[in-house]
Amino acid sequence: MSELYDCRDAFASTLQQLARTDPRIVVVVNDSVGSSKMGGLRKAFPDRVINVGIAEQNMIGISAGLANGGKIPFVCGASCFLTARGLEQIKADIAYSRANVKLCGMSSGLAYGELGPTHHSIEDMAWLRAIANMTVIVPADPLETEQAVREALHFTGPVFLRISRMPVPAVHDEAYQFEIGRAARLREGKDVTLIANGTMVSRALDAAELLAGLGVEARVLNMSTVRPIDREAIFEAATQTGGIVTVEEHTIFGGLGGAVAEVVSTTKPAPVRILGIPGVFAPTGSAPWLLEHFGLTASGICQAALALVEAGLAHEYQNNPGD
Amino acid sequence: MQGQTIEMLRERANRIRRRDLTMIHRAGLGHTGGDLSAVDILTTLYFAVLKVNPQDPKSPHRDRFIMSKGHCSGALYTTLAEAGFFPPDELDTYMQPLSRLNGHPDCVKVPGVETNTGPLGHGLPVAVGTAIASKLDSARWRTFALTGDGELQEGSNWEAAMAAAHYGLDNLTVIVDRNQLQQGDATERTVRLEPLADKWRAFGWSVREVDGHDYAALLETFERLPSEPGRPSCIIAHTHKGQGVSFMKDQVGWHHRVPSAEELASALLELGEVAQ
Repeated sequence: MSELYDCRDAFASTLQQLARTDPRIVVVVNDSVGSSKMGGLRKAFPDRVINVGIAEQNMIGISAGLANGGKIPFVCGASCFLTARGLEQIKADIAYSRANVKLCGMSSGLAYGELGPTHHSIEDMAWLRAIANMTVIVPADPLETEQAVREALHFTGPVFLRISRMPVPAVHDEAYQFEIGRAARLREGKDVTLIANGTMVSRALDAAELLAGLGVEARVLNMSTVRPIDREAIFEAATQTGGIVTVEEHTIFGGLGGAVAEVVSTTKPAPVRILGIPGVFAPTGSAPWLLEHFGLTASGICQAALALVEAGLAHEYQNNPGD
Repeated sequence: MQGQTIEMLRERANRIRRRDLTMIHRAGLGHTGGDLSAVDILTTLYFAVLKVNPQDPKSPHRDRFIMSKGHCSGALYTTLAEAGFFPPDELDTYMQPLSRLNGHPDCVKVPGVETNTGPLGHGLPVAVGTAIASKLDSARWRTFALTGDGELQEGSNWEAAMAAAHYGLDNLTVIVDRNQLQQGDATERTVRLEPLADKWRAFGWSVREVDGHDYAALLETFERLPSEPGRPSCIIAHTHKGQGVSFMKDQVGWHHRVPSAEELASALLELGEVAQ
């Protein structure tokens, strides 16, 4: 069993390190210092952690103002509240105004498990990627989280970073270089492609291992940037492997699967299976239990890929590249 | 000296009103009533209070003016044009295809606009952010936000009001354009705002009430900011929707009614008489 990491730790330590050398960095929280792991940063720079209280609309507006005043705000709050409660402010004050604000949605997806659907953030990718000028990044492990924070700082413009609290193994080696808008090919394969991001990347890799045991070679892409999406990687997957399974800790409507399907259907039609939360509010259960419940496991992904391959759909397209 | 300033403000405000009505008539769209209630406040700010430079509109040391009542873009654009942020001729393009002058202001395109407003209750939170940024840098530049009165029904304003007092933002001033009317009816018949001054005081602000069309009173109030050290300042400016044109004044129907050619002519005639 490989070691597991909470990506919030990499997020917090990277931000604190960057704040030491870049005085423009400020952190804005909605009474979420603890859940965003900003205690260390607040201790080091008490004036630069601005707690607006439990007021997300105000949190986003204030961040736009701070950016107007020359600061680079990293706004940290539970993704469910940050994105939903502040959505109009995100659209008008941040994205449309091109405010240089980094929105950091913490504990995204089903991470809050038993707390229920009010606290699940399974629509945030869809909402945020629908907004112009917005860059949407969903890191998969600590190394990618660290690099995504650095890239978000260097990038001028609005960024949404979706950070889970669910423990994940490392999926990238030390040589990995995250780049906004570029998918990472973590495993080569010719029979089918698994496209995942965030907490689902390690599960997709495990699924690929299971598929290999069954004689199916699955390519695995980490699509950590959902907007702008890596159209070329998706086009290649569709043309070279003929079928795609997407996996996200998010509703199947409008998220990663939707983004991939938009590219596939308009460039190289190929069958796509979208795995995620199937348009329901989740029942009561822990986060790991819910992932099992929705089939967001290595075996669930493996079965979906297998069904695609066995139906001949993936191969059919692959064998008729002229279609 | 003050007499000269007031005369200058009156002259500019009159030109701004004439251009605004002409522009709305040409575009066939606009928020006539609320533009006219805000013009004297905007004129006083831009020509006697704000430290802004049309030649360097992004100077980091500028005062920030945030127009929360973004639907009154007409009043803002005509004021910015009068101040030299862009040529007055461009006002002819108001809301025309591909014009920079959208129905609600776009800070990416229009020099002098600080943030994109239109949805109500957005300006004050942004103003709190700029005021905190200035404090963090121990800078001297100040922030002013203009809100409508009906817009104070949006809860986000009160989140911002609470935070501004908590952070002791005495470099922040909100001016409420208290024209008593919102789109459909009087504010007090829609959802009551009064006692409005008490509300702001209870949220920790220093409040002054002023006639929002009296330049001397506005100047005197702006000169004494912050009204109290350590607190944000609220100026409730009592105004009239449609101020300057008799048949528009205090008429809820002129919220976004567009003057016909005849109405424009008689409005300009009235404004011409005021100017003399």
